[in-house]
Amino acid sequence: MRTLAKEAPALLVLGALAAAPWLGFGESWALTLLARAMILAMAAVSLSFLVGGAGLVSLGHAAMLGFGAYAVVILDDAQIVEAWVVLPVAITAAAGFALVTGAVAIRTSGVHFIMITLAFGQMAYFTATSLSGYGGDDGYTLYARTELGGSRILSDRLSFHFICLGALTLTWLVCRMLLASRFGRVLRAVRGNPLRAQALGFSPYPYRLLAYVIAGGLAGAAGFLFANATEFVAPAYIAWQRSGELLFMVILGGIGGLHGALLGAFGFVLLEEVLSHQWEHWRIAFGVLLILAVLYLPGGLAGLPAQLARRRGGG
Amino acid sequence: MAEPVLALRGLRKRFGGLAVTEDVSLDVAPGEIHAVIGPNGAGKTTLINQISGVLAPDAGRILFLGRDITRLKLHRRARLGLARSFQITSIIPDFTALENAALAAQAGEGTSFRFFRPAGKEAGLNRAAMVALEQVGLARRANTPAGAMSHGEKRQLELAIALATQPRLLLLDEPLAGAGPEETERLIGILSLLRRRYAILLVEHDMQAVFALADRISVLVYGRLIATGTPAVIRQNAEVRAAYLGEDDIPLAAAPC
Repeated sequence: MRTLAKEAPALLVLGALAAAPWLGFGESWALTLLARAMILAMAAVSLSFLVGGAGLVSLGHAAMLGFGAYAVVILDDAQIVEAWVVLPVAITAAAGFALVTGAVAIRTSGVHFIMITLAFGQMAYFTATSLSGYGGDDGYTLYARTELGGSRILSDRLSFHFICLGALTLTWLVCRMLLASRFGRVLRAVRGNPLRAQALGFSPYPYRLLAYVIAGGLAGAAGFLFANATEFVAPAYIAWQRSGELLFMVILGGIGGLHGALLGAFGFVLLEEVLSHQWEHWRIAFGVLLILAVLYLPGGLAGLPAQLARRRGGG
Repeated sequence: MAEPVLALRGLRKRFGGLAVTEDVSLDVAPGEIHAVIGPNGAGKTTLINQISGVLAPDAGRILFLGRDITRLKLHRRARLGLARSFQITSIIPDFTALENAALAAQAGEGTSFRFFRPAGKEAGLNRAAMVALEQVGLARRANTPAGAMSHGEKRQLELAIALATQPRLLLLDEPLAGAGPEETERLIGILSLLRRRYAILLVEHDMQAVFALADRISVLVYGRLIATGTPAVIRQNAEVRAAYLGEDDIPLAAAPC
């Protein structure tokens, strides 16, 4: 029962998404918005696994998204659109990039780790801008969405909604399972007290590197869906601002648990959507709201119920 | 005497021009509590740091169960069965007491590259963790977050973590540090229960505890061992008395047998 109560927010979000098409969100603009939110939530959950689980604050996570998206672009250009090929390539490309850059980055910690992941992310960004065969700075428009076993199921908006929901649920379950396993326990121990973990016989490096690669692969899968959702990929999608946004979603939602990233991603995307329709200079208001959230919600959106309960109990 | 669990041979360490460990050789026999005492700044913690692998010695050898571990890294020594408790409490604050000990049990058994089963439901690990918690009298506090425990309880948990790794040697760096009189008494009781079951190298300031617990005592002064022997021998040693002269907090004569 206790685990059920703890997972209630995540189950609520996922349940609401499953029902959304019949709750007035069946219009194409609404489904587009929700798909965007779900895909970013996927990347945010994988980042939350790194930040909250392993204590690795990466500011280059958008590059993983980018590797997934550009795998779709490059294969699309070669007229390979079968998901059973494209998706594994997207995941492997992102995980491979995570392995190579992580092998260096994981040797550092704290601010140095943030800076080095940012640097690797920008390297990926500038590489993307120089891919003139794939539109360079201007981006690349896909000929068609990826097919699954020859069927064009990803092109159907409602099917795509449920594919994204399935992928998001799977990402959440995988990260959750990993954090609860022996492997995840070591990760959490290393975050909580690295010297203690080493004195017990755990060398942090291989555990952290593997976590980085797994999170990279998951974000690569999100990148695959991202390219399919917009049918267009540009370097701007994977610039460091995107990494910052993902990190912000994680912090806005609360790093105490994976469901925080779900709440953070949806809070972020919906707020952005509402404000941008109200006011031309919406980013100013957006910025103020984000600052207020950091100042007054120490546990993030996920910590809000406990915070309210405490306040009520206290006074 | 049986082959020692731990043997130091001619260990040296300098920080700049300062010799903090100068030609130190000592043995810890199986089941023995071997205490290292010395005035402040004698180099006791530096010695423990070299044994556990936090610092590399400049010269000399460290033999553990007959194997040369002088160049092994911290985590590799831990794997071999060398468990350390820290002078400053080193627990994982957001884990419960049980999970702290279960992590230690996990370290002593099998691989940790397991991804599917929830570690919290592994009965073997939880059982080993509970045994360790019982040995230090913390069984009733198993589900308390370690960060929320009292100082004395954290010291007990520190011991339980070391025990749960199934160690061959316990390195206890001031296990009584910062404990109040009641906590001290309880911790001494717990430590005396561990005697004969584990080889223990004990560094401790509390002379009453040292003379009550140790089978042998080595005295370290300015990085050099000036005497090794049973508590009774050490008490009579003139050089030791001279070394402690002027240290008002350690009246050797007042220490009980």
